[in-house]
Amino acid sequence: MWALFENPRLRGGVHAEEYKGETSGKAIATDLPLPKKLYIPVQQHVGKPAEPVVKVGDPVLKGQLLAHSQGAISAPVHAPSSGTVIDVVDYPAPHPSALPIRTLVLETDGLDQWGETVIPLDPFQLDPEEICLRVGAAGVVGLGGAVFPSAVKLGLGRKNKIHTLLINAGECEPYLTCDDRLMQERAGEIVSGIRLMLRGMEAFDALVGIEDNKPEAYRAMLGACKPYSNIRVEQVPTRYPMGWDRQMLRYLTGREIPADGRATDIGVVIHNVATAHAVYRAVALGQPLISRVVTVAGGAVGAPQNVEVLIGTLISEVLAFCKTDKNRMARLLMGGPMMGDALPLAEVPVVKACNGILALAPEQIDQPDVKPCIRCSSCVSACPAGLLPLEMASRIRANQLEAAVDLGLKDCISCGSCSYVCPSNIPLVHYFKYASGELYKRQQMEHKSAQTRRLVEDRNQRLEKIRLEAEAEAQRVAEARAARARQAAAGGGAAEGSPQQRATAGESA
Amino acid sequence: MVIFSAILILTALGLFLGLSLGIAGKYLKVESDPLVERVEALMPGSQCGQCSFPGCRPAAEALVAGTASVTLCPPGGTALVEQLAKLLGVEVDLSQAQDAEPKVARVSEDTCTGCTRCFKVCPTDAIVGAPKQIHAVVADACIACEKCVNVCPTECLQMHPVEVTLRDWRWPKPMAA
Amino acid sequence: MSIRPVSGPHVTAVRSIDHIMRKVIIALLPSAGFGLLLFGWPALYLCVITVIAALLCEALCLKLKGVAALPVLRDGSAILTGLLVAMTLPPWAPWWIGAVGSAIAIVLGKQVYGGLGQNLFNPAMLARVALLISFPIEMTAWVDVKPLSTGPGPLESLAVTFSGSVLTDGVTGATTLGAVKTGFSQNRTLPGLLDDYSGFLAWIGWERGSLGETSSLLLLLGGIWLVRQGIIQWVIPLSLLGTLAGLSLLFHLIDSQHYLSPWVHLNSGAVMLVAFFIATDYVTSPNTPLGQLLFGIGCGVLIFVIRSWGSYPEGTGFAILLMNAATPLIDHYIRPRIYGRYRNGKPIDITPP
Repeated sequence: MWALFENPRLRGGVHAEEYKGETSGKAIATDLPLPKKLYIPVQQHVGKPAEPVVKVGDPVLKGQLLAHSQGAISAPVHAPSSGTVIDVVDYPAPHPSALPIRTLVLETDGLDQWGETVIPLDPFQLDPEEICLRVGAAGVVGLGGAVFPSAVKLGLGRKNKIHTLLINAGECEPYLTCDDRLMQERAGEIVSGIRLMLRGMEAFDALVGIEDNKPEAYRAMLGACKPYSNIRVEQVPTRYPMGWDRQMLRYLTGREIPADGRATDIGVVIHNVATAHAVYRAVALGQPLISRVVTVAGGAVGAPQNVEVLIGTLISEVLAFCKTDKNRMARLLMGGPMMGDALPLAEVPVVKACNGILALAPEQIDQPDVKPCIRCSSCVSACPAGLLPLEMASRIRANQLEAAVDLGLKDCISCGSCSYVCPSNIPLVHYFKYASGELYKRQQMEHKSAQTRRLVEDRNQRLEKIRLEAEAEAQRVAEARAARARQAAAGGGAAEGSPQQRATAGESA
Repeated sequence: MVIFSAILILTALGLFLGLSLGIAGKYLKVESDPLVERVEALMPGSQCGQCSFPGCRPAAEALVAGTASVTLCPPGGTALVEQLAKLLGVEVDLSQAQDAEPKVARVSEDTCTGCTRCFKVCPTDAIVGAPKQIHAVVADACIACEKCVNVCPTECLQMHPVEVTLRDWRWPKPMAA
Repeated sequence: MSIRPVSGPHVTAVRSIDHIMRKVIIALLPSAGFGLLLFGWPALYLCVITVIAALLCEALCLKLKGVAALPVLRDGSAILTGLLVAMTLPPWAPWWIGAVGSAIAIVLGKQVYGGLGQNLFNPAMLARVALLISFPIEMTAWVDVKPLSTGPGPLESLAVTFSGSVLTDGVTGATTLGAVKTGFSQNRTLPGLLDDYSGFLAWIGWERGSLGETSSLLLLLGGIWLVRQGIIQWVIPLSLLGTLAGLSLLFHLIDSQHYLSPWVHLNSGAVMLVAFFIATDYVTSPNTPLGQLLFGIGCGVLIFVIRSWGSYPEGTGFAILLMNAATPLIDHYIRPRIYGRYRNGKPIDITPP
């Protein structure tokens, strides 16, 4: 009867073919040749773009600040290698639209020389505040794909009473194994990162959730956590989207985050496992976030593997390193195949959000015709958020966006489970993305209308004021003239008896 | 005989119900605030004239009278169409109501003479400048009414499509099945 | 690479409409085949005609709509509808019954609503009920079991199907439910009415009845296979059969002279076919497990009520249509709970950790 009464811990989701085998057993490659040029967008995070602090022509050292963060929610970017800043241009972003974004171009000098790094004697003795500051200054953002500035999250954690730090090592997307490899190879550093995060938030317990298709990583993490009784490692079932932080939280704790709230509301902060690793590097080694592990896989890739890539390296260079057959590449994805974005061109940089580069072969992306919905409700049972994708999509198709919102459009996480299972191949997620964007546009438009109305009112008031003033002025002038005329008339009347005066008046006139 | 009584009863019933409806209509009338006012409140109020009416008030009157379509106002966009349709209770097929490509006026600095004519007609004060100075358009406030374009003596004011940036790029609607 | 942005997911499950339809048809085949074995050549002719008529009607409608017919016909939904219509017909019914049935199912039951996925009522049940009301004689002429070997040959059978005059009292009789209903109206009581009823034969399907409805065993097997294949969910069949069994057991225990036992209820008429293949129709059943539970219970109750107190001996068709009509309502009120919200849509309260 479980399906009826909704197992509160695990709802919806799909079993997607994993394709992880070809990369999960291979060590992370760190020998990617240093690119000649690095393209570093000033915005690789949620929030305000960073503001460049270097000028064209400035020499920079590895790890040097290139652009500082602006405002409360933002993150700085750093030089991934030493060299010279040769340009600040609008360069295509790794985004489905490939629209340009402000990008610093760095010509490397091949020395890969580190700038000054501040290495604390004992990072675990640092002030919590100091840890947050260092994480923020190192430009660490959520590496699971959300790219939310980590320092902000740690700060939120310190402000609210946090009892548990949840480390999300779900990595539920097919193909991707970068977190898996990271845990297998660098479990110790990750655990140090977790301890630093705990200290930074003044929280005590941590819980690591790892999908049970990564036994090696689980064992490695278990071993690394052994000395610390406050860090628990748990296996979770392999079921996409287990890596949705809220799903993992529900599975591990049985609690849900309110729809209008954050994890901190229930005393939990959730970070990705790769973020923990970046925090370790930032705080203990003083290294900002300038590289990340990326899974390179897909049918067109000759040597699928995980690669440690400098931020700003062009995807095309990473693909070449992994022996990709360009002619077989039918679709290039950044991220996993479920939520990742298709990129129209490969000459775009690797950014902090990029956890996978997938070059899919033609036979991997056959897109059969879209058929009518047969209301099979597979999407309803697949939806981890408890929505009715079929109903929402039919509303959106008829442009009834409000009705779709009433059905819960705003609770959609775009995980793609519904589209994945749809036997009619209806692009359900695409509908939801479109509708969200359209709603945003309309909201902007309403905003603009209101602003226009205000501007027009202001202008009318101003014109009215000018008119009134002009009228008053005219009246004043008229009155003055009338007064003068009266005066003149009165003077004339008074002088009526004096011909001499009248004569002078006549003369003066 | 039966048929006559049936006719009689039904006629009486009809008369009675009709009468009560009439009475109810007269005495239980819901006082609503004048529709024109409410419609006008929704309109942008810039009197830009793109709807071919001399201003927002006449346009609102035409809407209420039913002589104009709810899609008449380009600056209001789809959002306004929806609100109007809701208020006026008309069905509108929004799939046809594609928003016009957003445009914005731009001053060509080479030919602007600083004549000040444009900012005198701008309904939203979106053009700034002073006599004999090159004028500039505040893009956020421009509603693309093209009034300035019409008065510019040197044709230095032109409408340009608003460039899509990464920040306001949105997913297009999927191809219908 | 395409200019138009493609949204994820970039991988999809292999299941398609065609797969689903094919599997449902496969699950129906044992029972349909058994029906053909049981009632011989006329049943085969009727079955073929009904399916062909369904395809023709679908093609005609698509042509009128201006849609290329072939790709749509290939999805198998028209064949499935035709097969289901045929399986609910008396096996020796004249050919035009099948043709009219298919036409009603496809044209009135499906295409006038806008085609696949748009219909409110299950097309096959709509056809069955429409035929039953319009042609009560033809639709209640139940032939005795005449297996392929002993029944009329292929040529004689052509006469049965196409001139329809061979049906004499000698070879037809009533179904169990029909006999019982008639018996009650003659003030006879139960144990006597079921003298020549064999629970085992009814279970196997060796009895008078519709072309493909008689064998509970084979339908059950087909249905269980579909559940195992993940094509249908178990909620509707189980709740429908459970409700019917429960209600009939209750009334049978209270008054065994006037109420049939659960075994008879479950193994006669269209119950098994309806429970696994009709009530589970995606298009006309609710979307959520809870809604499906209600739907199944509703069907079970209505079937029992119509069979026990209605004037028709069999009530599955009406029960399904009535519950189909209730489906939009069920779907409107029963929705899954959204993550982080209560059922009423309000965000859940923040409870201190």
